[in-house]
Amino acid sequence: MSTVKLTDIEKRFGDYVAVHRMSLEMPEGGFVTLLGPSGCGKTTTLRMIAGLLDPSAGEIEIGGKRVNDVPIHKRNLGLVFQNYALFPHKTVADNIAFGLKYRGVGKSDIDRKVKDALDLVQLPHVAGRYPRELSGGQQQRIALARAIVIEPDVLLLDEPLSALDANLREDMRVELKRIQERIGVTTVFVTHDQSEALAMSDQIVVMSAGRVEQMGAPEEVYNTPASEFVARFLGASNIVDARCTQRDATSMVLETPDLGRIVIPSDRGPKVSATGPVKLVLRAEKIALSASQPVHGEVAHSATVDTVDYQGQAARYFIRLGGLQLQAINMIDTHPHAAGREVTASFRPADCTVLPA
Amino acid sequence: MNRGMGWTLIRLWTMLVYIFMFLPVAVVVLLSFNASEFGAFPMSGLSLRWFVELAGNDAILRAFRTSIILGALTALISTTIGVLASLALIRYKVPGQNLISTILIAPILVPEVVLAVALLLFLNALSINKSFALLLAGHVIFTLPFVILVVQARLVSIRRDVEEAAMSLGANPVQTFFSITLPLLLPAVLAGGLFAFTISFDDITGTLFWKPGGVETVPTQIFAMLRNSISPEINALGTVMIALTVGLPLLGLAIARRMSANSGG
Repeated sequence: MSTVKLTDIEKRFGDYVAVHRMSLEMPEGGFVTLLGPSGCGKTTTLRMIAGLLDPSAGEIEIGGKRVNDVPIHKRNLGLVFQNYALFPHKTVADNIAFGLKYRGVGKSDIDRKVKDALDLVQLPHVAGRYPRELSGGQQQRIALARAIVIEPDVLLLDEPLSALDANLREDMRVELKRIQERIGVTTVFVTHDQSEALAMSDQIVVMSAGRVEQMGAPEEVYNTPASEFVARFLGASNIVDARCTQRDATSMVLETPDLGRIVIPSDRGPKVSATGPVKLVLRAEKIALSASQPVHGEVAHSATVDTVDYQGQAARYFIRLGGLQLQAINMIDTHPHAAGREVTASFRPADCTVLPA
Repeated sequence: MNRGMGWTLIRLWTMLVYIFMFLPVAVVVLLSFNASEFGAFPMSGLSLRWFVELAGNDAILRAFRTSIILGALTALISTTIGVLASLALIRYKVPGQNLISTILIAPILVPEVVLAVALLLFLNALSINKSFALLLAGHVIFTLPFVILVVQARLVSIRRDVEEAAMSLGANPVQTFFSITLPLLLPAVLAGGLFAFTISFDDITGTLFWKPGGVETVPTQIFAMLRNSISPEINALGTVMIALTVGLPLLGLAIARRMSANSGG
């Protein structure tokens, strides 16, 4: 178990910059997720930590030791890939034992460790089988067992759940987190799936176009997006142009043509330092729709339901509020609000986030 | 009705083509078991006497030995170079990759006579005499494209992340090659090797140009024997050649199938 520290690392492919000067510190035993759309540089970053790519600039430290010049086979990392990457010509037991053989572990110790690893991933009976005889989920568990049996300093997971189908993915998510907590290994997880990131991480690093957009605990990143990109990428957000007319230590006053005057606590807009144009971020699930009485007292306006996207336990409404098109996600009490209905849309100013325009 | 008629005609035609192609081969094989001195039908009786005589013919045995040594060495060298070249071309970025690839494959496209004369003239210009080594070099050049094509096709299907996983677990690049890449590549390596052996064993054009005096391979030996007389021994030799050149690749293919089924494709 070790910390991972990236200092100003950068990766260029010719003229293309895949990762811009990135610095990041991952605490010992932490679960850090690199989250972003494809092409954002998250996998490139992971591959640099793994030693599969050389950074064009900057330092990589694992456990306080600079590893830039240490080749991958000497870094003592556990690596799990999207497509499992099991050795097709070796049995499950030989797959798991592979890394141990290069560590001078004795035969009886290997057998014991392989058995323990198989128990840990809850597949004790497949030791003699070949990878092709296992399902996708089972193969990924074996890949995980193979990566952790060597007691790596850092566990690197490159979209390990993306090849699995939806139900299995959620089970594996819980399973993976359980195993990670049990062995307490520092873990770097790469995904484009926000729900995986929110559910599993101690810390999320949101990346876009080779840059870090925001780092923080899942709740922090979700509730207080630091940029419009983060607001749009995580969950469903409404972003409304507004004008900050007044700002002091405790509150700021926003004026918008459709939502009127809103007073918001200053800590909801830490990046807004002066009055002027701003962007108001309103999470879709924070807008409560009701037939008559507003749910929240502070800001309430009447609106019209345009479209209803029925999702079973919840519904996503596209509503018209003055000149604004907004999304609202509400749990369904008995029936969803029907399209065309007049509703009262309300929200708490403390649930908003204000970003510089 | 009409359609059925058409298909019958196509079937008939196909059979005629096959008969045209394989009848001479069948005749040779049949006559090799003929008891009579003269290669003609009707056969006067079944006998293995020509095979026995073949086994007692020193010149032919020598030619056989030469062919097998030549074929085996060609296969060994061709697969070694072929695997290394394929690895370089597929796994690494090499400057002039396309050019190298084209040059390595080119011997397939160049008529064999041209290739044979060119190599001979080239070595003449360097005042190097014909030798067994030259013959071997010629066969390697000539068989290399087949090995490279087979090995490259397989290498493309071996996922890079399997090798990366091996390295992350502590295997250095050489250990990764021998414990992961080569076992997965083995069916193609064996197939390529068999190809090389069969092509070398079978080759006459290039061999006639390159072989030093006094060295005969089986095909050149047959060629020499045919110039004097048509002995029924040649029929027997032909049968042996057919068995080898058809049987070996089939055997190799069967082994390769089995192995790739075991390694999950």
